[in-house]
Amino acid sequence: MKGSFRQSMAWLHTWSGLIVGWVLFAIFVTGTASYYRPDITRWMRPELTRAAPLDAPALGAAAERAVTYLKEHAPKARGWFIGLPQPDKPVLDLFWRTRPGEPPGHAMLDPRTGTEAAMRDTRGGDFLYRFHFELHMPPLWGRWVVGICAMIMLVALISGIVTHKRIFADFFTFRRDKAPRRSWLDAHNVTGVLALPFHLMITYTGIITLALMYMPWGVTTAYKGDNQAFFAEAGWVTTPRAPANRPAALAPVGPLVERALATVPETLERLSVVNPGDANATVIAVFEEPHGLSHQHPQIAFDGVSGEMLEVLGDGLKPAAKTFTVMTGLHEAHFAGTALRLLFFLCGLMGCAMVATGIVLWSLARLPKANERAFFGLRLVQALNIGSIAGLPAAVAVFFLANRLLPVDLAGRAEWEIDAFFGAWIVAALVPLVRPQRRAWCEGLAAVSLLCLAVVAADILTIPGHPLRLMGGDPLFAWFDAAMLLLAGLFALAARKVLRYEAPRKEGKRERDMAQGPRPEPMAPSPTRAPVRHREPTHA
Amino acid sequence: MAFPAKITLAERASVAGRVVLAAGGGYGVAALATALLSLTLPLTRAEAVAAATLLSFAVMAGIVVFVFAQRSLLRATVAVTGLAGLLCLGLWLAMRGLTP
Repeated sequence: MKGSFRQSMAWLHTWSGLIVGWVLFAIFVTGTASYYRPDITRWMRPELTRAAPLDAPALGAAAERAVTYLKEHAPKARGWFIGLPQPDKPVLDLFWRTRPGEPPGHAMLDPRTGTEAAMRDTRGGDFLYRFHFELHMPPLWGRWVVGICAMIMLVALISGIVTHKRIFADFFTFRRDKAPRRSWLDAHNVTGVLALPFHLMITYTGIITLALMYMPWGVTTAYKGDNQAFFAEAGWVTTPRAPANRPAALAPVGPLVERALATVPETLERLSVVNPGDANATVIAVFEEPHGLSHQHPQIAFDGVSGEMLEVLGDGLKPAAKTFTVMTGLHEAHFAGTALRLLFFLCGLMGCAMVATGIVLWSLARLPKANERAFFGLRLVQALNIGSIAGLPAAVAVFFLANRLLPVDLAGRAEWEIDAFFGAWIVAALVPLVRPQRRAWCEGLAAVSLLCLAVVAADILTIPGHPLRLMGGDPLFAWFDAAMLLLAGLFALAARKVLRYEAPRKEGKRERDMAQGPRPEPMAPSPTRAPVRHREPTHA
Repeated sequence: MAFPAKITLAERASVAGRVVLAAGGGYGVAALATALLSLTLPLTRAEAVAAATLLSFAVMAGIVVFVFAQRSLLRATVAVTGLAGLLCLGLWLAMRGLTP
C-alpha cells in the first residue's frame, strides 16, 4: 500500500472494520447477552420455579421417565440426549436425532411425572445464544459468515493496535468538548484499548470454538477426516462405538445414574444414549465442568445393554488439547462467578461500544462540507448505523416484550417471538431511511429506552410472583428489571445527548456558520495533540 | 481518506487484488501450514493436530497483515505464492513419508 506501515494499517483498520461492523455489532450484543443465557431463559419461562436439587435415586427415576418418553416418541432415533433437572432448570430437557441434516426433536418434561411440562413455548436465551454464532441462518452458512467476520475483526484489531502510535497516552485521553469527531475517536480508543485483552481473547477464542469447521485440514491429513477419532484420541470424548445392527433391550438407566454419581463428585448434567435399542448402545453420563478455566466435561461411558462401565474421562488432557478446551472455556466463561461474569459482561458491552463508535466514526469522518451533498455510500452507512445500533437493542427489547405479552397458549408461540424480534428490527432499520439523520438517531435511541421501560412494566404486570408484588418472589425478576431500567437510562441519556447537540446547530450557529463560510474542518490540530499526529491520520 | 471521486481504476484493482490475495492466500497458507504441522510436529498425533489448528488463525491473520503492508501487490503475490509452494512441497514430502 501507499505510505508507511502504519498508514496502510490505518487504511486496513478503517475498511475491514466498516464492512463487518454491523454484523460484528449484532454478534457482540447477542454474545454479551449470552453471558446470562440461563438467567434470560429462566426469566422467559416464569412458570418454572427454582427447585431443590434431586438426590441420586430421584435423579435416576427422572432419567427412567425420560427414557420411557423417548422409547415411545423417538424409537428410531440414532441418539437421545437427556438434560437432567437442575435447581435452576427443574425440567427434563430432551433432544433426539433421527437422521443427519434433519432438525432434532425436542421435548421438555416434568421430572416428577414424565409428562410434558406446562409452560410457555419460547426459545428463551438460547435464541440470542444461537444468533450469536449462526445469525438465525442455516447453521452451516451462519457459522461461516460469523467466522469470516471474526477473522476480519482479528485483522481489524491487529491493524488497530499498529495504528496506535500512542496507545498508552490515548488510553487516558478523552476530549469530550472538542470537535464531535474527536470525542468519538477518543471513545473508540478508550473502549477499544481499555478492554483490548478481552477483545483479542474473545475474538481468537471465538474462532477456536468452531476451529475444526473452519480449519479441518489437520484432521483431514492426520486422521483422514475422522473427527470423532480425533476427539477421542485428544481425550475430549469417550471412544465411539459403531452400531452392531442387532436389536437389544436398553439396560435401566436409573442404576447407571446412581453409579455415575457415586464415581464422579461433580453435578450430573445430562445423559447421551448413542444407538438406543442396538446391541452396541452406549450410555454416556456427562458432568458439569469442575472448577477451573477448562471447558472439559468429565464423562463416563456405560455399555447400554450390560450396564458395564466402559470408560471414565477425567482431566488427563495433554497440553495442546487442554489449551483448546481452556480457550473454549474462556470464551464461554462458564467458570466465572458473579463478579467475574459481570466483568465479562461489561467488557462485552465495551466491545459493543467499540464497534458502534467505530462505524459512527467512519460516517463522521466523511460528513459533507457545507457546499457538498452526502454521497450515496455515506447515506447508506448512516442508515445502517442507526438500524443496527438502535435497531438491534430495540429488537431484543421487543423479543422480551413479546414473551410477556403474547397469549401463553398461542400456537407456534416461540416462532412468534422470533418474528416479533425481526419485525421490530426491520421497522427500526427502515424508518431512519425516511427521517433526517439526527432526528432518526434521537428517535431510535429514545424508542429503545421506552421499549426497555415497557419490558419492565409488562414484567411487573404479568408475573404474579414478581418480588415487587409478592414477598419472597424470585429475585431474578427484580435483577432483570433493574438491568432493563439501567439500559433504558443509558439509551435515554444517549437520545438526550443527540437532541441537545442538535439544538444550537439548528438555531443560530448554523446560520452564523453559513455566513462565515464553511465550518472549520473538525480535524484541525488541537493543543492537546502533537501537530505531528495531524500529518498521519488514523481511523479515517 | 477516501472520497469516491479521487480513486483511480488502478487503485481499485490493487485493492481488489489484495483482498483476494489476503483471503485466498491467507487461508491457503494457513490450511497448508495446519496440514503440514499436523503431520510433522514432534508430538502425539492428536496433540500435533490440536496445536497446528490452534496456531492456524494466527498464521492467517499474519498473512493478511503482510499482504496489506507490502508496497506492491506483485511482491506480496510472489511472497505468498512462494510460501504456499514451499508448504506444498513440505506437505508432499511428509505425506510420502507416511505412505512409502
